[in-house]
Amino acid sequence: MPSTLIEKYIRESHLPHIWCAGCGNGTIMRDVIQAIDNLGLDKKDVVIVSGIGCSARAAGYMNFNSIHTTHGRAIAFATGIKMAKPHMKVIVLTGDGDAAAIGGNHLIHAARRNIDLTVVVFNNSIYGMTGGQFSPTTPTGEFATTAPYGSIDPNFDIPELARAAGATYTARGTTYHVPQTIKLIENAIAHDGFSIVECVTTCPTYYGRKNKKGDAVKMLEYQRDNSVSVAKAKTMTAEELKGKIVFGELYVDNEKPEYTKEYEKIIEIAGGRSDE
Amino acid sequence: MAGKEKRLRINARWCKGCGICVAFCPRQVLSLVKDKVRIQSPEKCIRCGMCEMRCPDYAIWLEDIDETEENYG
Repeated sequence: MPSTLIEKYIRESHLPHIWCAGCGNGTIMRDVIQAIDNLGLDKKDVVIVSGIGCSARAAGYMNFNSIHTTHGRAIAFATGIKMAKPHMKVIVLTGDGDAAAIGGNHLIHAARRNIDLTVVVFNNSIYGMTGGQFSPTTPTGEFATTAPYGSIDPNFDIPELARAAGATYTARGTTYHVPQTIKLIENAIAHDGFSIVECVTTCPTYYGRKNKKGDAVKMLEYQRDNSVSVAKAKTMTAEELKGKIVFGELYVDNEKPEYTKEYEKIIEIAGGRSDE
Repeated sequence: MAGKEKRLRINARWCKGCGICVAFCPRQVLSLVKDKVRIQSPEKCIRCGMCEMRCPDYAIWLEDIDETEENYG
């Protein structure tokens, strides 16, 4: 008998999950179910959509309406689900590669439309499942199997990318800051519009080993010692913020119209939906 | 999360021996034995729930004590 939270929301027969020892993905998955529980949502009204990658396995473990889709297309599938069932809470669980590389276009266009999806990005800064290739969020100069001399690519700031594209709720959490991250995911789910929470997670197997970051404990301690809250970051200079993880609510806009509600108006104007 | 009527439970089958709970326990209650978590000093536990919050594998948690059942660990 596991904890009541796990029993309620996780397909127990699928545990232990496939994630490596010390991988932060399990922590984020629990953050998501805790957020759903805190909001008191009916399981029947929640859809979990994932793409491909380590993070994407979460859809299989979570006992909701869930779908494990193709690489990078989770947001595209989720858009379809939301359009067909606007009353449902559609949550996309994706990785940094899945969201910002393979699915980069879907991400920016869903953000542009401000469709009411909640995207939780498991950002481990590397492609874990395929063997540790560098991803769009691998910091410049860091190592990966495909960057044995250090990556020369500048890295994406995913919440900033989404905000620039039109997202109306952006935030960042970490696997160390569990209660704060749960609250951010709660706010993102409750937000009416496109919301994205980047969760900085640990990959001790590839990113950690390639960059000599130590084991899972050392990597969590690194997050603890190198994270600053949004409020504190405002008082710091760009120089002081270098290499820091800024966590908290980054951007909130409650004014911009939500896409499915706008579409509902079109249906009305076109006289498309009869009263049955 | 503090409370008297709780106890620690473990599912060793789910534990992968990452050592996160051992390192972040504020009272050194836990240890790893053959890559599995063990409740070494249950009397020191203050039921803060840190291990449960940090375990990525859901292998350790605080459970409300149920008087009908008596299987510890």
